[in-house]
Amino acid sequence: MLLIHCPYCQEERPELEFRNGGEAHIARSRDIAAESDEAFEAFFFIRTNPKGLVYERWRHIHGCGRFFNAVRDSVTDKFLRVYKAGEPKPADVMKNLPEHSAWENIPPADQNVETPARDRVSTDGEA
Amino acid sequence: MRKYSVFAIAREAMRGHKGWDQQWTSPEPRKDYDVIIIGAGGHGLATAYYLAKEHGITNIAVLEKGWLGGGNTGRNTTIIRSNYLYDESAGLYNHALNLWDGLSQDLNYNVMYSPRGVMMLAHNVHDVQVLKRHVHANRLNGVPNDWLTPEEAKEFCPPLDISKRARYPIVGAALQRKGGTARHDAVAWGYARAASARGVDIIQNCEVTAVRRSSNGHVIGVDTSKGFIGAKKIGVVAAGHTSVLMEMAGVRMPLESYPLQALVSEPVKPCFPCVVMSNTVHAYISQSDKGELVIGAGTDQYISYSQTGGLHIINHTLDAICEMFPMFARMKMLRSWGGIVDVTPDRSPILAKTPVPGLYVNCGWGTGGFKATPGSGHVFAHTIANDNPHPINAPFTLERFRTGRLIDEAAAAAVAH
Ligand SMILES: Cc1cc2nc3c(=O)[nH]c(=O)nc-3n(C[C@H](O)[C@H](O)[C@H](O)COP(=O)(O)OP(=O)(O)OC[C@H]3O[C@@H](n4cnc5c(N)ncnc54)[C@H](O)[C@@H]3O)c2cc1C
Ligand SMILES: [Zn+2]
Repeated sequence: MLLIHCPYCQEERPELEFRNGGEAHIARSRDIAAESDEAFEAFFFIRTNPKGLVYERWRHIHGCGRFFNAVRDSVTDKFLRVYKAGEPKPADVMKNLPEHSAWENIPPADQNVETPARDRVSTDGEA
Repeated sequence: MRKYSVFAIAREAMRGHKGWDQQWTSPEPRKDYDVIIIGAGGHGLATAYYLAKEHGITNIAVLEKGWLGGGNTGRNTTIIRSNYLYDESAGLYNHALNLWDGLSQDLNYNVMYSPRGVMMLAHNVHDVQVLKRHVHANRLNGVPNDWLTPEEAKEFCPPLDISKRARYPIVGAALQRKGGTARHDAVAWGYARAASARGVDIIQNCEVTAVRRSSNGHVIGVDTSKGFIGAKKIGVVAAGHTSVLMEMAGVRMPLESYPLQALVSEPVKPCFPCVVMSNTVHAYISQSDKGELVIGAGTDQYISYSQTGGLHIINHTLDAICEMFPMFARMKMLRSWGGIVDVTPDRSPILAKTPVPGLYVNCGWGTGGFKATPGSGHVFAHTIANDNPHPINAPFTLERFRTGRLIDEAAAAAVAH
């Protein structure tokens, strides 16, 4: 069971008090009916599902009841950061991440060029 | 490949069992292949086998980052059934069920398919309505599924408590008699041996780290921990790691990967004749031929690649098992483990071409793909060989999340198996 720090209650509480809310930083359209099928698919169904840094929403349902965001390593399940809803996506978390594998969190554009994997470097924090 | 038979056993018994061959070869990768399959789980190995057997394509490599069958294939609770609600699902899962029937003979390998019956319990009016709807839908699709009274259920499965004072009273049950279990490792090994015998290279400890494409976008091969390997076509069959692999080719997937856990008890004498599951109580149980109770738990609520899950998840399942079968309350659990399952929004798999020419994907089996292994490999081989889906998997596209033609088993079943 995870121990989760709620940034509102300022306390570490057991996972049972929380509900995971899926991937964070997916903006809902203001006029969803006007969106194209492609945009709706991307918003509603497509997920990053990264092996590595996950930006995700949590809700402290059996506590303060509020939503917040967290950065977690999906390989170790360790939390790297929690921050309040509405705060920007932290871009500096990547620096302290242990290495898991050659490809994790490498942007697809970098992976598709015809260069050997080991020659590619990426410092991008996107997940 | 030497054929396995009773005569072979007798011959080897006389010679101290020194003449058995390796079941499959472990070659170094060649420079390039017609088809590369990424992932040597049951589905990947079955795909390679049917490509070789039915489509005459034998210049194939199956690349596996660990050991073959070490993913979800070797971690699942082996429940086999085809009583899904929708027509498309009935077609796909029943295709697999029909292939289980002759699989041991076809592969010359005992996969221990045991059609001992899968029983789904109803505890309340809502369950009765849902399960009867399934029974009728299944029958219309030619999938035998019977509705049982509590007394009939107890006759089929004596350990059930059908008294009124039970914590979760049993008011009826649906029984798919052809459902059951099979030996998971044997399925992987049997397909590996049969594919290897037809010339397929199975390359273990070979992790794919990038998908390479030519300037016109077509796949040309993969970077691996054993270097670059060329391929005309690539099939991704990597279960929980599908998003990671597809991202290497620039395709974002409608998938989330969650840990799913199972556990087994100490082995005991035969005491539980079939598979029993309860969607409402959220638990299912069967007994392996070795004697262990095999119990499936749920997924964690967050995505993870950790291959372990929270203890409270299995605790919750054991609570339910003990309430339903008090006779198991004193059993000791031997082992528990987790696998990473790739879940689609509609809980149906994706077996399809992708926007990348030469790249195919077989994924999204989530918590319940073992049962489909033979059928999945069979139709996916067809899809790769013909660059066009088989009629059975034609609805299971990637585009359905754009067009809205979902196959929404998510709304139709509750428990993970
Ligand atoms: C606890 C548990 C219980 C389950 N119970 C049932 C059940 O009762 N009935 C049922 O029908 N289903 C069940 N399932 C689901 C079932 O196990 C899966 O749907 C099925 O086994 C998937 O098979 P596969 O061959 O697609 O995947 P896997 O067997 O997981 O094979 C995928 C392979 O890809 C490899 N791979 C990944 N990334 C790479 C890479 N970069 N390079 C090379 N190789 C790579 C992996 O190492 C792995 O071996 C259960 C699953 C779990 C975890
Ligand atoms: Zn709180």
